[in-house]
Amino acid sequence: MINRIVVGAHYGLKDWIAQRATAVIMAVYSVLVAVVLLIVRPGTFEAWQGVFAHGVIKFMTFLFFVSLFYHAWIGVRDIWMDYVKPTGIRLTLHVLTITALVGYTAWAAAILWRL
Amino acid sequence: MAEMTIKKRPKNLDLTTIRLPLPGKVSILHRVSGVGLFLFLPVLLWLFSASLTSAETFAVFKAVFSSLPAKVVLAGLLWAFVHHFCAGIRFLLLDLHVGIEKEAARKSAAVVFAVSIPLTLILWGVLL
Repeated sequence: MINRIVVGAHYGLKDWIAQRATAVIMAVYSVLVAVVLLIVRPGTFEAWQGVFAHGVIKFMTFLFFVSLFYHAWIGVRDIWMDYVKPTGIRLTLHVLTITALVGYTAWAAAILWRL
Repeated sequence: MAEMTIKKRPKNLDLTTIRLPLPGKVSILHRVSGVGLFLFLPVLLWLFSASLTSAETFAVFKAVFSSLPAKVVLAGLLWAFVHHFCAGIRFLLLDLHVGIEKEAARKSAAVVFAVSIPLTLILWGVLL
């Protein structure tokens, strides 16, 4: 029998870079949207909806959500790896985390593409 | 002999007596704020959805947004976001080897708190 490690920190550089790249995307988006909202000052439903219905904002908002969920996956996975040692429980938590985040991605897409 | 060379090193893992330096506090609060934001993702998505779906759901969103319990929770999440943002920028700079010396790192940790706490209060005043 080959002893394979099912969970553990062997994902290498890719996720490390992804965590930082998504962080930068989210930071830039947050500042940009804050500036847009400060300029537009949407007080009514129509104005608020109008901001996010705009093609560029919609695209950037979706990019923000995808970055957020990928970023959250790496962060939460690190926490499970730090505190949960039994492989079965850890793997279950990983799967549950991914399930939730994939669901959130579909939800975010649904919210934005209704507009 | 290998056993002879192993020194008994002092070890303290008692969380109640460990005094974290300021960078350690920034770091653990980065994790705590990240967990808080993650756990409230469904609530925040629901609020975002309600605010954008229709005029009726927008009114529901506004009512929830302006209720006292929601304001308390949102204030906490606002702090979590701002702290995570500021501490994250510090970590990105550390990754680029900016300010990795002990003194500089302690100073930048203090800057994180000096920025994140007033910024939370300002945004709280504007938004909530």
